[in-house]
Amino acid sequence: LAHGGGGRAMRDLIEEVFTGVFRPESGEDQARLSSDALQVPGARLAFTTDSYVVTPVEFPGGDIGKLAVCGTVNDLAVGGAQPLWLSASFIIEEGCEIALLHRIVASMAREAEAAGVKIVTGDTKVVEKGSCDTVFITTSGVGVIPPGRDLGAVHIRPGDVAIVNGVLGDHGATILAARGDLALSAPLQSDCQALGHLMAAVAGACPNLRAARDATRGGLASALNEMAEAANVSVELDEASLPLRPEVKGMCEILGLDPLYLANEGALVLFVPEAEADAALATMRALPSGRAAVIVGRATERGSVPVRMTSAFGGTRIVDMLVGEQLPRIC
Amino acid sequence: MTGRRIRVRGQVQGVGFRPFVWALARRFGVSGEVSNDAEGVLVLAAGGDLDGFEAALSAESPVLARVDAVEGVPAEVVAEGFRIVASGGPGAETRVTPDAASCSDCVAEIFGSGRRAGYAFTNCTNCGPRYTILTGLPYDRAQTTMAGFVLCDACRRDYEDPADRRFHAQPVACPACGPRLWFEQDGGEVAGDSVALAAEVLARGEVLAVKGLGGFHLACDATDAEAVAALRARKRRPAKPFALMAPLVQVVRHAEVSEAERVLLQDPAAPIVLLETAGEALPEGLAPGQGRLGWMLPYTPLHHLLCAALGRPLVMTSGNVSGEPQVIGNTEARDKLAAIADGFLMHDRDIARRLDDSVERVTPQGPMVLRRARGRVPGTLPLPEDFPDRQVVAYGGQMKAAICLVKNGQALLGHHLGELDEALTWEAFLQADRDYAALFDHRPELVACDLHEGFRSTQHARSKGLPVTEVQHHHAHLAACLGEALWPRDGGPVAGIVLDGLGLGPDGTIWGGEVLLGDYASFERRAWLTPAPLIGGDRAQAEPWRNALVRLDAAGLGALADGLFPDAPRDMARQAARAGVNAPMSSSAGRLFDAVAAMLGLCPMRQSYEGEAAMRLEALAVAEPGHPGYDFGVVQGAKGLQLDPAEMVAALAADLAAGLSPGRIAWRFHAGLARAFAGVARGLVEQGEARAVALTGGCFQNALLLDLTVAALGDVPVLLHRRTPANDGGLALGQALVALAQMESR
Ligand SMILES: [Fe+3]
Ligand SMILES: [Mg+2]
Ligand SMILES: [Zn+2]
Ligand SMILES: [Zn+2]
Repeated sequence: LAHGGGGRAMRDLIEEVFTGVFRPESGEDQARLSSDALQVPGARLAFTTDSYVVTPVEFPGGDIGKLAVCGTVNDLAVGGAQPLWLSASFIIEEGCEIALLHRIVASMAREAEAAGVKIVTGDTKVVEKGSCDTVFITTSGVGVIPPGRDLGAVHIRPGDVAIVNGVLGDHGATILAARGDLALSAPLQSDCQALGHLMAAVAGACPNLRAARDATRGGLASALNEMAEAANVSVELDEASLPLRPEVKGMCEILGLDPLYLANEGALVLFVPEAEADAALATMRALPSGRAAVIVGRATERGSVPVRMTSAFGGTRIVDMLVGEQLPRIC
Repeated sequence: MTGRRIRVRGQVQGVGFRPFVWALARRFGVSGEVSNDAEGVLVLAAGGDLDGFEAALSAESPVLARVDAVEGVPAEVVAEGFRIVASGGPGAETRVTPDAASCSDCVAEIFGSGRRAGYAFTNCTNCGPRYTILTGLPYDRAQTTMAGFVLCDACRRDYEDPADRRFHAQPVACPACGPRLWFEQDGGEVAGDSVALAAEVLARGEVLAVKGLGGFHLACDATDAEAVAALRARKRRPAKPFALMAPLVQVVRHAEVSEAERVLLQDPAAPIVLLETAGEALPEGLAPGQGRLGWMLPYTPLHHLLCAALGRPLVMTSGNVSGEPQVIGNTEARDKLAAIADGFLMHDRDIARRLDDSVERVTPQGPMVLRRARGRVPGTLPLPEDFPDRQVVAYGGQMKAAICLVKNGQALLGHHLGELDEALTWEAFLQADRDYAALFDHRPELVACDLHEGFRSTQHARSKGLPVTEVQHHHAHLAACLGEALWPRDGGPVAGIVLDGLGLGPDGTIWGGEVLLGDYASFERRAWLTPAPLIGGDRAQAEPWRNALVRLDAAGLGALADGLFPDAPRDMARQAARAGVNAPMSSSAGRLFDAVAAMLGLCPMRQSYEGEAAMRLEALAVAEPGHPGYDFGVVQGAKGLQLDPAEMVAALAADLAAGLSPGRIAWRFHAGLARAFAGVARGLVEQGEARAVALTGGCFQNALLLDLTVAALGDVPVLLHRRTPANDGGLALGQALVALAQMESR
């Protein structure tokens, strides 16, 4: 692929790879969106953006395109919005294979369809070799928050329970293995998935759903620390309850990694009042993206640290935000 | 009339110093007065034998006192008789001293027939609880957990009589007015002689929880292998050595006790002393694979009574749930220890401050503190010459956290706290920070900590809103060693052999086997072990085989590693090392010890406690002394000298193949490592670059390594740790000194 200044070759590329798949409704340089969803009094718009950079761009269980759709859909969904429209902007490294682009774009289209969102506008730039790594994608998303729904960490109260939708660390472990060329005893897959339907269902079943957050970079540990700080509560995790695949656990043990800090791309943690915990669990477990839903801990009055984890044999460990690069500390 | 104004400095408050002065004055016919103030003790004296009086102030001082200076100047003194002036006035805070083991007078009293016969809370000015019962300042009864016990008339007379050894002993008590002891089982008090009931539990081979001075202990009969095994199983502590308690007459039946060791055992601090096993055998399960056991003498009346009732050595291990700090409250004990203990020996004198037992040993080079806690804190250490009189607080490391405060030319190195990721330990750290600041009336202008931003102590230092000095880990170890040896600030550069677990270097790699050349203010890294990857970061500490794998691979002996560790995930480990996935390069000496231990089959797959592999390696070597050390490769690089273990590893592999005993191999390793590092350091002294050699870092808790290194250094002046740990427990002292030195040279 040769980079160009918007000439013929570029238009062909866009035609061939992008427009053919995404089929924008207007031929103009903008998407025109129906405001029907906003007609309900009290409804609010949600708007988010994120850039996606991952090495390798294709990995077991997904690729950068799927990641770019799911990530932005999830950012909308955990805030209580119904995701509706996405934009997608591509920075492509000169020399990137067309076949790879085709696969990425197809994957995006498939994921968007499944998540019920439309990719309505986009952009592509080709840059010189070495200016980026294969392909970077930025997606922005617009969704609508129904009237009366107000999710936020500030609403978490002591006594609320923390629920995770599924196994932790699969994405981070998969990427690490792919990057380090590690020979895994059992193949791992990224958990990359859209969580819009799951969030809609839980919000429906739990009128007092407090807050949700996707546990992406920095893992569950970082998501919980942010939420606890915002809510001025502490969170007590129960180590034995953490949903971890034995393969991930095993890999973490060999590599000396803490699964609480591994990135996820389809995992969220939400807080509900204890009285609604059963409803939340039942609702989540009925959906594929929530099959392994489980209570992992609860909020308490604010203590000396935001997040702590009790282990099966007693002892309580502080679970911090990740500070810089994890370097060994045992002297 | 013309007399003298005599200033006494040191640990002279709360130790019976004023009544001691009062008694001396009567002996030497001196009149005047004695008082406590912010600087120590002040004596106004006239008449009589003033010279004899002044000399006796330091020569005959009470057992718990430490006199640093006696300074007499001529002064007008108007006095009739000699009186003790009550403490008071602004700044006249009375310092609190460390807790002290029961004195011989009090022991005689509890085994005698007086009103304190059999009384578990007997104490006097020369002994008893201090810091562990302190709730506030100044130190008097109202500010201790004795506040609720109102003195009976008899005890009040003892307390107010300058001639009584209980004069102004704040925790003074008797059965009529003091704390009460009881025995509890299944949540209920059992009527009867509580000590006898507790001893029955022990005699049956069961586990007893005992409320001690700085926390609860879990006890069992140390001669009963089944009881020891049961305690291990219930405490989920598979191999970490248990501490033992027994009167000296029993200790000597099971251990070799030198004169220096006896003195240390009988010190008022009553530390756990690591003693070589000898004589009547005790169960192997007490300390699997170790040639030494940790012994302490009974140090409270309760311990004396219990030891006497059982008549056999006791296991006395800290009463905690695995990983957590020792419990100190009665309710907490019932809650957390019920699953472990079959009975509880309880009392109603609250423990205000948790303090673990101190751990010490005597090496051929002298006594050495391994864990500084009960009996040692809050004692202060004098600073070396020429340090500025500024207030600094230093927050130490992550794993053996301890705080250090500096003020008025003294350093208060706080007690061992433990690993700061443990939530209760972290709370104890925060409390210690507040406590020591209040105790020392401390207003720091500067904070010191490690370079490693992943240490909770570093994050805490940064949160104080004061200027922060970040000190490289091994520079701090070096400065701590210099400081405790009172090396002057401008004493010139010293070659520091720092053999340690690990610490972050300014170059972003992990250090831990270094020769540093420098002083308090600065250093250069002159030599280091050839780095190897730490596969899995901190995991490499828990699993010695990882360190063996990287060292064997580096020596071209990968096939040997495959044979030695068939069950280890070697492929993935090697891939992680190659790909640099959580495998930072490190020159750690501690991990080299682990590597060699694993090659010899000592807990290769997993250490059940920190230092297990290295301690077992030392024990093996000590049992087969006297073989030539292995050679290390010496590679002169652009930035310094690298000591390459590959050559040593190859020779070791050859010895293994030839069937040489593991003990001899372990000795050869110790001797080789000592010689390699001593050679570099000695060279620096001989070339005039260094004035002395300092030995520091956690590996120097290993007495054999210490001894061999000192021997290999020959006649070069050597500085050692004695009262501060060579491990991270001493780190904060070094950090504080570096911060002060850099402040001054800025
Ligand atoms: Fe260290
Ligand atoms: Mg985002
Ligand atoms: Zn006494
Ligand atoms: Zn009394």
